[in-house]
Amino acid sequence: MTIDTTDRAILSATQGGLPLVAQPFAEVGRWLGLDEADVIARMDRMQAAGVIRRVALAPNHYALGMVANGMTVWDVEDSAADVLGERIGALPFVSHCYLRPRALPDWPFNLFAMVHGSSRDEVEAHREEIAHMLGADCRACDVLYSARILKKTGMRLRKEAH
Amino acid sequence: MRRTALAPDALDATDRKLINRLQDGITLTAHPFAAVAQEFDLAEADVIDRIARMRDIGAATRFGPFIDAAAMGGAFCLCAMHVPEDDFERVMTLVNDHPEVAHNYERVHHLNMWFVLATDTPEGIDETADRIEAETGLTVMRFPKLKEFFIGFRVTA
Repeated sequence: MTIDTTDRAILSATQGGLPLVAQPFAEVGRWLGLDEADVIARMDRMQAAGVIRRVALAPNHYALGMVANGMTVWDVEDSAADVLGERIGALPFVSHCYLRPRALPDWPFNLFAMVHGSSRDEVEAHREEIAHMLGADCRACDVLYSARILKKTGMRLRKEAH
Repeated sequence: MRRTALAPDALDATDRKLINRLQDGITLTAHPFAAVAQEFDLAEADVIDRIARMRDIGAATRFGPFIDAAAMGGAFCLCAMHVPEDDFERVMTLVNDHPEVAHNYERVHHLNMWFVLATDTPEGIDETADRIEAETGLTVMRFPKLKEFFIGFRVTA
């Protein structure tokens, strides 16, 4: 879908959070000089098109006790990758699962799944659960734990289209 | 962002129910919190106050739209490097200096530096990665997303 400058302004104004008031879309409309109904209609349209995945609470999983995570990586047959990726992505402890190209010979893995838990042991247990689910479809796997955050700026939207 | 667990009593049962429910998203209506309040037999203002408080104490980072950044245009690519230990700080500084590097993690692996490039154009990915290779003398392995699968992740509060 095409996003016009008004849509972009709405996303830009709300990406840090909606105003926590009874009529948040009316408030956003006030900021941008739009009607409440127009803000809702535009956000609805963007949600239907997948630009907005959902309007929801982003819990801080660290604060809620999920303080450990590991990037698990898996080598599965390409022809099975779609089905297995869907299954891994549907697990409640997996936040992201991506199919990516291998870099042979050094890197045989094509599915990447970020696994979260309350401890490293729990992450390991989740990893075993995935390995068990994949069974013989998994040819090799590994897990990469983060040692340090070197940079984190987040991906904020640009104000203007390029 | 807070990176440690809250005390167990920081949230009551209603807060936890709201966290679990609100991760699934709300319907876009003029009074979105009223509809949620009705589901839990709460007052609209109570729901709003609880969300605000959870944000203030760091139980939630925000309440708002989850945006598919790729759908907005621009390109993203996960990249990895093997950086020799004794050269790590120099390389980190060179890599982080690029505004296209959105985040960067040290990981316990032969490939010990993992970062995401976010650029305005698809060509910008290789341009930036090539520049980092030229500056550091190290290979930047590129793992663009071919497909994404995620539906299930929910934090149970």
